[in-house]
Amino acid sequence: MFDPDERQRPRLAVVKFASCDGCQLSILNLEEDLLALGRMLDIAYFPEASSDMRPGPYDIALVEGSITTAEDAHRILALRQQTKVLITIGACATAGGIQALRNWADVESFKRAVYPSPAYIQSLSTSTPISEHVHVDFELWGCPIDKGQLLRVITDLLVGVQPRLPADSVCLECKRRGNVCVLVAKGLPCLGPVTRTGCGAICPGMGRDCYGCFGPSEGARKGPGLPPNTTSLARHFHSELQLVPIEVMRRFRGINGYVSPFRAESDIWENKS
Amino acid sequence: MSEETAQTRTIAVDMVARVEGEGALRVTVKGETVQDVELRIFEPPRFFEAFLRGRHYEEVPDIVARICGICPVAYQMSAVHALEWVFGLRIDGGLRDLRRLLYCGEWIESHALHVYMLQAPDFLGYESGLAMAKDQAAVVTRGLRLKKAGNAIMTLLGGRSVHPVSVKVGGFSRVPLRRELEGLKDELLWARDAAVETVHWVADFDYPEFALDYNYVALRHPNEYPFNEGRVVASSGLQISASEFEQHFIEHQVDYSNALHCKLQGSSYLVGPLARLNLNQEHLTPLARQVLADRRIELPLRNPFQGIIARSVEILYALEESLRLIELYESPSEPALPVVVRPGTGMACTEAPRGILYHRYEVDVDGVIRDVKIVPPTSQNQARIEQDLRLFMPRLLRLPDKGAALACERIIRCYDPCISCATHFLNLEIKRESIA
Ligand code: SF4
Ligand code: SF4
Repeated sequence: MFDPDERQRPRLAVVKFASCDGCQLSILNLEEDLLALGRMLDIAYFPEASSDMRPGPYDIALVEGSITTAEDAHRILALRQQTKVLITIGACATAGGIQALRNWADVESFKRAVYPSPAYIQSLSTSTPISEHVHVDFELWGCPIDKGQLLRVITDLLVGVQPRLPADSVCLECKRRGNVCVLVAKGLPCLGPVTRTGCGAICPGMGRDCYGCFGPSEGARKGPGLPPNTTSLARHFHSELQLVPIEVMRRFRGINGYVSPFRAESDIWENKS
Repeated sequence: MSEETAQTRTIAVDMVARVEGEGALRVTVKGETVQDVELRIFEPPRFFEAFLRGRHYEEVPDIVARICGICPVAYQMSAVHALEWVFGLRIDGGLRDLRRLLYCGEWIESHALHVYMLQAPDFLGYESGLAMAKDQAAVVTRGLRLKKAGNAIMTLLGGRSVHPVSVKVGGFSRVPLRRELEGLKDELLWARDAAVETVHWVADFDYPEFALDYNYVALRHPNEYPFNEGRVVASSGLQISASEFEQHFIEHQVDYSNALHCKLQGSSYLVGPLARLNLNQEHLTPLARQVLADRRIELPLRNPFQGIIARSVEILYALEESLRLIELYESPSEPALPVVVRPGTGMACTEAPRGILYHRYEVDVDGVIRDVKIVPPTSQNQARIEQDLRLFMPRLLRLPDKGAALACERIIRCYDPCISCATHFLNLEIKRESIA
């Protein structure tokens, strides 16, 4: 992907849109690996960490955050033009994030709920993933991303391999870790069966249900690249675990609620409630 | 960038780095007098208070954590405490200790990040911690390992350090075994020594003469350094409970910022490590006191640049407290107390790394949230940051534009503003108007 003969280290940019900075913190949490990363790559732009901010072009841009203002919609276009490989990091950039809950609401009333003078506030009525605005080369899921996955994607790119990460469900990871299934044993409405691996099945490991922070997995039954079976999981929540439709709706409409198939599933149950 | 006309001079730096979130600073100067200082936070609003309405109380800790990746525990703690108030739950014993321990983890992680990677480079003339690592590898490695010690606590108790998953109303979804906590001890002992070295290291930095009269605001608890509990006190004499917060602390909207300004009796005030340390010094540990005495550091600290000293002392405190909590830990019989939902309104303040964080929730009979109010530390400090810049500006006017801009950024970083909480591109503009 990068010319191995090139004397220059690849230039990295880390850019933020609407987000909580948690995914960028995951980069800083690489600790020793962060120092190694600083040697392998030329960190040309990373305002969270450095005042040395140099303009593009960049070889790799890691993009955190979703698009919620008209200005940001322009900013992402400009970044795309300057970037060879654009990677979204986290649920905000990949799926619109928790702030995409506004997409189902009247943002003017949100403004009124939070600000005494809503007219001063410039904000779009939607929070949208980066891929709705520009071409994205690779998406890294999670809220926050897993730093091991991040490192793997960057090292893959550096050695010229097209990055690939597993896309099966949290369930498989749970089995590998030997967790007790919280859906079956505790009757908790766990989203693990339809949520992408990557976190290490943290929530069931901590005795609770998965809330889908790594986004939808790829279908086990229907095959790679196809959506997981949210329909049957939602029905199970309703008929076996006695969740009323609005509760099923809220389950799917969370951190990654704006991305299909979670979005579609939540809409179905909203209509039933 | 510099633009010059006969009347005005505008200096703009596109972004102040090494803070969390996006903002801009605009300073207008006429001759020798500073006319206006506006700290503009233009991080796009994310409307948490609005979309929390209609969600179930059990979802709150997962949602509010996402307000800030740097201090998710603070958001989770203020939220669960406020909700427990509504349901009449009181968390004691091992569960209370574990919450305190989790908070220690967050302070260590967040403070070490700020001290080593964000603020120290200002004193030592580097643009980043990474650049500093080229000349001072041992120091930066120490800082990163300290930070990691904080992360290790959070990961053990919460499953991961960013957005921990185990916090719930009533306690935790899982509590650790004694043996697991003991596994942290060696690293925490190392970190305690590293924290002592950190205080010595920052005490040697060159601080500009700049002592101010602050109204410090922090929690105070009768027998401990505050994390989750205590009364809200101010050096001006105020002493109230969290439930009275909104009667005294009033938020204002200003037309140039997406963050609200919070004021106490119409005036600016300071929250965060400096305020906390000055108001709670009697609860410091003997070791922390000793280190301060060795360096002849006297409290109260009144120089905002010395926030880095306060932060370092708090890292030390948090490590000692972690070790103490681990020592006396007895695994609670249940990971959480049962919750009986009842409608009502609850408020709580806890001490986020950057200062007090207030939450209020109104809950209905089904446990669904009807109304929310959140006042983050950065919106409380904003007015005070502007005031300090105003006071410091006259010294900067003789500097070339670029130097003045850099000095302003340094001041802003002293407060460790988390702009995602309130909002990270700080765009500094100094507008100079000549008198003629
Ligand atoms: S994806 Fe989650 S952790 Fe990452 S920036 Fe967004 S809210 Fe924060
Ligand atoms: S188990 Fe689910 S909610 Fe929990 S961290 Fe993993 S993906 Fe996120």
